[in-house]
Amino acid sequence: MAGYLIKRILQMMGVLWVVSVVVFVMMSFTGDPTFMMVPLDSTEEEIAQARALLGLDKPFIVQYGIFLGNVLKGDFGRSFVFRQPAMRLIIERMPATMEMVLVAMAIAVVLAIPLGVFAGAYPQRPASRGIMVGSLLGISLPSFWVGMMLIFVLAVRFHLLPSSGRGPTEVFLGMKLSILTADGWRHIILPAVTLSFASLAILLRITRAGMMEVMKQDFIKFARAKGATFGSVLFKHALKNTLIPVVTIFGLQLGDLIAFATITETIFAWPGMGKLLIDSIYMTDRPVIVVYLMFVAFIFVVINFTVDVVYTVIDPRIKLR
Amino acid sequence: MQAIRSVIENFRASEMFHNYRRNASAVAGSGILAFFLFVVVFGPSLVAQNPYDIASLDLLDSYKPPAWMAGGDPRYLLGTDGQGRDILAGIIYGCRISLFIGLSGMFCSSVLGTLLGLLAGYYGGRLDSIIMRIADIQLSFPSMLIALFLMSAFKTGIDKILIALTAVGWVIYARTVRGSTLSEKQKEYVQAAVVAGLPNRKIILRHVLPNVLTPLIVVATIQVGSFILIEASLSFLGVGVPVTKPSLGLLIKNGFDVLFSGLWWTSVFPGAFIMLLVFGINLFGDFLRDELNPRLK
Repeated sequence: MAGYLIKRILQMMGVLWVVSVVVFVMMSFTGDPTFMMVPLDSTEEEIAQARALLGLDKPFIVQYGIFLGNVLKGDFGRSFVFRQPAMRLIIERMPATMEMVLVAMAIAVVLAIPLGVFAGAYPQRPASRGIMVGSLLGISLPSFWVGMMLIFVLAVRFHLLPSSGRGPTEVFLGMKLSILTADGWRHIILPAVTLSFASLAILLRITRAGMMEVMKQDFIKFARAKGATFGSVLFKHALKNTLIPVVTIFGLQLGDLIAFATITETIFAWPGMGKLLIDSIYMTDRPVIVVYLMFVAFIFVVINFTVDVVYTVIDPRIKLR
Repeated sequence: MQAIRSVIENFRASEMFHNYRRNASAVAGSGILAFFLFVVVFGPSLVAQNPYDIASLDLLDSYKPPAWMAGGDPRYLLGTDGQGRDILAGIIYGCRISLFIGLSGMFCSSVLGTLLGLLAGYYGGRLDSIIMRIADIQLSFPSMLIALFLMSAFKTGIDKILIALTAVGWVIYARTVRGSTLSEKQKEYVQAAVVAGLPNRKIILRHVLPNVLTPLIVVATIQVGSFILIEASLSFLGVGVPVTKPSLGLLIKNGFDVLFSGLWWTSVFPGAFIMLLVFGINLFGDFLRDELNPRLK
């Protein structure tokens, strides 16, 4: 186990290093951010001075070397726009994104698993066909458009739910969370539902596909023959044996949700780290973009690791190597 | 002529065509795709306005609601946007751009991915491990995020979107093709070709390639749909197509800016068209998946 952990941590460092190189190289194509920083009427000298101050006058490889050296010391650089440590900006906004992603994931799982089990166990029923067509529609929808339609109908037309912001937050373990206040819940519903659509459809389809394969197998007939109730056959025997692909997709979807949160946060003016990324892209705030991507890469590596550990819990035959 | 007729006869008698006719979603999916083919080919000649010819726009016609509503103008069936552009005309031209990007993005990724997969699977060794390691790292990131990141560096442009889509799309082909190439390589016909002294290039392109293509058909079909959605999302965020070449996603973005004023038609209709288009592609892709998957037969 210790050997396995060390191996995974080394792999993670490797991935993060590759990400930092790729991101740094790509960012050098974005043009000179100095012009975003200085007043419009600056002289050539002032621009050159600002460039030197930001360290952008040095050769690319030196810039990268300085960045890497600072990262190893725990300093991820400062935002050009906010003049604050980029890492702190992201960490501050992370709880907002995470609570939205988790609520969206919860909605997706709670609906997808039972519907998928049903559609897989009774593939010929009209209701199952309806579920499948609905889920295909869910995959085909542009999620930002769904969000806009929800805003238009529920917020603009009928004034049922707020269309932007987080509402009041409560501090818990040093994080500001909306889900601890009733009004915060009213604010989180629309973005979370919007975000959950695609994942709901995909989880449902993978659950159904797994169920259809498992239901044909002998141990299901045997469980039925020994007199187990149908509900217990479906959820205990069958579902348990379809969980491996479901958990894999769950992990991938969690990553996708963090990526798509950038769009949902933009629509709903949700002050999370995704909106920070989009704003930083508009303002060529390089340090924030670089740190955001490395931070998200770190989250993905952690998700992948967790998924691998969960495999061994679901199926004890799988060993971590 | 005779040859063409016999091909058609063969197809009509084939199992695939038989299954197709019995599969409601396949017929519906191909019906939707035929509709879009019609829109893309003949659409521009059916609408009076070229939405990107400024001379044909009239600011007095801005924000007209759809024709059937109070204040609607019969010339603009689905209403107009802030510059007096016909929404229907915008959608027709937007469909062309969205479909063009989806199809050419798929084409570029499939060519690159197939080539890399063939090389990795056929030669193995160091080349294989480099290509597959890159693919592995890339797969642990959502494609939307990679595309967004690349576009944030490139800013806007159709050519740049195609580069970004190719960069995220090749992996799935490379992995699929590598897997099938590994198993094809063991088969006698490839070994016979090796013994016969054919150069590797010929073996790969003439013998291995045709035998690894079938599983790619489904992947490619579904990918067109997902590329259209990714492009729409990027354009919505302002890092996709340039404003002079608005795709359906950019039309929705323009509509978003006025949604809170209740001008819903500027975003509802373009979105409905994306949904229908991608839905059609997915319906048809589902049919192909069932049809081409030997395990289900």
